Amino acid sequence: MDFKRSLTNVGTIFQKELRSYFNSAVAYVVIVVFLAIVGWFHSNALFLANTASLRLMFELVPIVFMFIIPAVTMRLLSEEKKSGTIELLTTKPLIDVEIVLGKFLAAWALVGVSLLLTLVYYFTIAALGDIDSGPVFGGYFGLMLMAGIYVAMGLFASSLTDNQVIAFIVGFVLVFLFFMLDKVLLYVPEGLTSIVEFLSVDYHFSNIARGVVDSRDVLYFLSLLGFTLYLSVLSLERRKW
Amino acid sequence: MAITVRNLTKYYGQEKAIDDISFDVKTGEILGFLGPNGAGKTTTMKIITCYMPPSKGTVDVDGHTIADHSLEVRRKIGYLPELNPLYLDMNVVEYLEYAARLHGIDKATLKRQLASMIEVCGLKEVRHKDIGELSKGYKQRVGLAQAMIHDPEVLILDEPTSGLDPNQIVEIRNLIRQLGRAKTVILSTHILSEVQATCDRVIIVNDGAIVADGTPEELQQKFRGSESIAIELRAQVANPMAEIFPKLKALSSVESVEYGGGENGCHRFSLFAAKGSDIREEIFRQAVQERWVLLELTRKVTSLEEVFHKLTKL
Repeated sequence: MDFKRSLTNVGTIFQKELRSYFNSAVAYVVIVVFLAIVGWFHSNALFLANTASLRLMFELVPIVFMFIIPAVTMRLLSEEKKSGTIELLTTKPLIDVEIVLGKFLAAWALVGVSLLLTLVYYFTIAALGDIDSGPVFGGYFGLMLMAGIYVAMGLFASSLTDNQVIAFIVGFVLVFLFFMLDKVLLYVPEGLTSIVEFLSVDYHFSNIARGVVDSRDVLYFLSLLGFTLYLSVLSLERRKW
Repeated sequence: MAITVRNLTKYYGQEKAIDDISFDVKTGEILGFLGPNGAGKTTTMKIITCYMPPSKGTVDVDGHTIADHSLEVRRKIGYLPELNPLYLDMNVVEYLEYAARLHGIDKATLKRQLASMIEVCGLKEVRHKDIGELSKGYKQRVGLAQAMIHDPEVLILDEPTSGLDPNQIVEIRNLIRQLGRAKTVILSTHILSEVQATCDRVIIVNDGAIVADGTPEELQQKFRGSESIAIELRAQVANPMAEIFPKLKALSSVESVEYGGGENGCHRFSLFAAKGSDIREEIFRQAVQERWVLLELTRKVTSLEEVFHKLTKL
């Protein structure tokens, strides 16, 4: 396979999807809503707790992600299926992996931009008091990885149906499940707790957010990401069955 | 760019959509794929364009099979899917550029092709408009421009004129004819006049199988039933059934005659002759001899429409 050609194809799809986010109001709504929610809770926490820390924000963002990301990803493939443009796309000289990657990266980039804009809050705090930048770096790194997983799950949900509402709900449920895993450990049979905990997104995120970037946690994110994207490719290939 | 289709069979679950279809398309030929809805036209096209694989059989485009060289095949094909799906939120130029990039066209060629497609397809006035705002006719042109942006050697058009008004249909047909000169074209339709107007060759499919294959003229010839001729003549006779009818019936190679009524000394008849015979001259001579005034003489040749009905209404 021609690698350079693949890269160009992924780039073309990435560009088109990102442009379509900004052409419609989706990108602006996502960014504004995200910043508003996070900002409101963040400033509440800042003034009430009176501490120079982003800890509360890092607890809050995963929950906001849970709602925002499936909304960002829901149209990626389901809209193409509904309008029939999927047939145009898949009869171009592209492989399905390129389509999935291009769309994944575009949605991830949009979420990433929203997330990076919250650095404003970091700088305001840094200006007000001493802040330990290690956990902040880890937190942002972890959130980016988490966003990647959620985007991949949302994309997979979108690949299953031509209905955007269903894509949103399925995406939300998937994300919610992985988010909840380490919160239901009490109800899990004892022998399985460590496995369930290991599968949980939040567990690995909190490890990274402490500022300790362990290769096991990164590996977890990358393999879950790869697996979920692979499922989307398989689902896209369903037309061939 | 020749296309070879061999033994194509496709099942959707248990249901057989197409059954052992084989045909060839020669380079430069415009092939019309004719059949009622659900006959398997779209399925066949989806297989040739590599949207989905067949259950059995192969397609070969210029030496590349869809199974082994899918990317090569897709590079050579320009495809307009059924119902012309488009990205409604993109403008015309954006969309055409996107399609061109996906085909891996380099920048210089892209610019040239874009200009030429906008010119040929008449998209100049709307090139910066969102596709969603365009009329159906313009959308169809955008669809065609998209299919040809990479200057493919093969064009596959699934019902390119469906949903257009009569003027737009003529425009699009002319466009296809003009563009099809240098390309191999397969177009599907259920409109018969379209095939007669644009295609060099017709394949009629019904129920997933090919029922006829040939030029439009050949098919008319082949499936011509008995010749039928309608005449109207004026003759001062008291009883046309007794005085005219037997004389017409007596003409050689006339098989049957029907009396269609008449008033004021004008009488209408329908004559049926054996297949392939031409009895117009005989009728004329008989009329002269009997001093009938021949007011009308119409020969009814089996149209492609009738061929189509005959073949698909089994």
